Amino acid sequence: MNTIKKYLGIVWIALAIAVAYYAIGIFGGRLTSGKQDDLVFGIIIFFILLPMIVTGLTIFGWYALTDEYED
Amino acid sequence: MSDKKTKGIWKVISASSMGTMIEWYDFYIFGSLAVVLSTKFFPTDNPTAAFLSTLATFAAGFVVRPFGALFFGRLGDIIGRKYTFMVTLLLMGGATFAIGCIPSYETIGFAAPILVLVLRLLQGLALGGEYGGAATYVAEHAPKGEKGYWTSWIQTTATVGLFISLMVILVTKSVLSKEAFDEWGWRVPFWVSILMVLVSYLIRKNMEESPVFAKAKSEGKTSTNPLKESFGNKYNLKFVLLALFGATMGQGVVWYTGQFYAMNFLKTVQSIDSSQVDMLLGVALILGTPFFVVFGWLSDKIGRKSIMMGGMLLAILLYRPIYRAMYNTTDLTLKTEVVDQTKVVPSIKEIDAAKLDSIYTTTKAYTDGTTVEEIKTKHFEAGKLMVDDKGKDKIETKVTKQINSSDRWFLIFMVFIQVIFVTMVYGPIAAFLVEMFPVKIRYTSMSLPYHVGNGIFGGLLPAISTYFVTQSKDAGDVEFYLEGLWYPIGIAAVCFIIGMIYIDRKINTLHD
Repeated sequence: MNTIKKYLGIVWIALAIAVAYYAIGIFGGRLTSGKQDDLVFGIIIFFILLPMIVTGLTIFGWYALTDEYED
Repeated sequence: MSDKKTKGIWKVISASSMGTMIEWYDFYIFGSLAVVLSTKFFPTDNPTAAFLSTLATFAAGFVVRPFGALFFGRLGDIIGRKYTFMVTLLLMGGATFAIGCIPSYETIGFAAPILVLVLRLLQGLALGGEYGGAATYVAEHAPKGEKGYWTSWIQTTATVGLFISLMVILVTKSVLSKEAFDEWGWRVPFWVSILMVLVSYLIRKNMEESPVFAKAKSEGKTSTNPLKESFGNKYNLKFVLLALFGATMGQGVVWYTGQFYAMNFLKTVQSIDSSQVDMLLGVALILGTPFFVVFGWLSDKIGRKSIMMGGMLLAILLYRPIYRAMYNTTDLTLKTEVVDQTKVVPSIKEIDAAKLDSIYTTTKAYTDGTTVEEIKTKHFEAGKLMVDDKGKDKIETKVTKQINSSDRWFLIFMVFIQVIFVTMVYGPIAAFLVEMFPVKIRYTSMSLPYHVGNGIFGGLLPAISTYFVTQSKDAGDVEFYLEGLWYPIGIAAVCFIIGMIYIDRKINTLHD
């Protein structure tokens, strides 16, 4: 189980990068659409949700990879 | 447990739960009355005010919750649990009451939307500080091996708060005329809050500090810098991250899907009459609420992880079939219309000298007892049909369905199943989080992952899911109504995998 925990760390880091990539692709246009609702939505996605997922998941993945969650 | 001890803990539970329930009530009436509030405080023709409106009604309350968790969590770990969650109670009550007292935009102009936004921020901060304090306070009074059961009472408060907010609004609407409610009656639910807060304050005032915290304080073992110890310490930070990605993130999306997204779906996608939705949601919540305690109790016997992960897995697997069944219940293409009962009533509404609306109200009846009212409004200016931003004719269609009794009970059952998932993931989570962290930084450490998971991942769910539905509908997807579920399913699936692999029983015995 410890080996699985460790190597899944790479998956979490990759997932963080993938989320950032797709979020920019899907929601990127919202920031510049000119609509107020889109602007609020875009700000929340880009400045609140995305940094939290990307930073948190990357640190979590790194901890897993460096055996911090070893039994 | 002896009678005296049981009596003592019931006192703790009632004092803590009542305050927390009131905070949830305060938080949700704002959301439930958002449409009325936007007409009172935010003029639609002013873009800056519209921006503030969107921000205040949609995001601010949820987004600041983690900041409240940090601020009040720190206080709670330094000063004590009891005093901190009394401050959050008063802050929430005061902010809610004040919202009910703000003069309209017509009276004080731009100060109105700014005041609303500021007060909404204060509500979010207060809620961020309240929950962790109440959960920690109860858990630290609970006997060993019974934290799941006792803290599950706190877990019922969010759902009960939502239920009471719906009921207070329904009662106020039914007592007052529509005009009176729109004029001033919408303020009543906000004013009611202050009475509840005062009662709760008086009860809480006489409570003792948590025995575990009091002991740590008397021995000089409390933290001087809980934020640094919680998040600057690698050993603790890894548990904060595990709590977020392995538990609260999934729990947050299951909670908001089962209660809020279900409500939005019934009202906006299925177009069911708003009062019927409030009633059926209320029944499902009443039937489901006792299961918070059932699963909290069960988590003391068989472990927290299996119940929480079980709830998440069921949600992941069953959300799409459940929502497909819900949608089919009111799908008019599957029903037979009683054609000779169809009525069309045309009317004209003059807006000003140049503008007018042509309105067609069509009522239809179906063989199964469903009735539908369709209001089609065409906007004319200088005798010509107006066009929208996309160059299409400006025609608005509002459909409202009145469903029959059997469909109502079927939908109650569908929402009830989702509430059961909510109770599985949410019932044991307070005990789970409390047991993860040591006394001296418990308030801070457990509050942050809880409010990020619930406030951010969960709170943003209705907006993100609705975005997916709208995009799919515009793209012509036949099953567009299911597309909004990919957000909760995706988040819950990642959380389920992380929880299953990284959480073990040992984590919850470290600080028991």
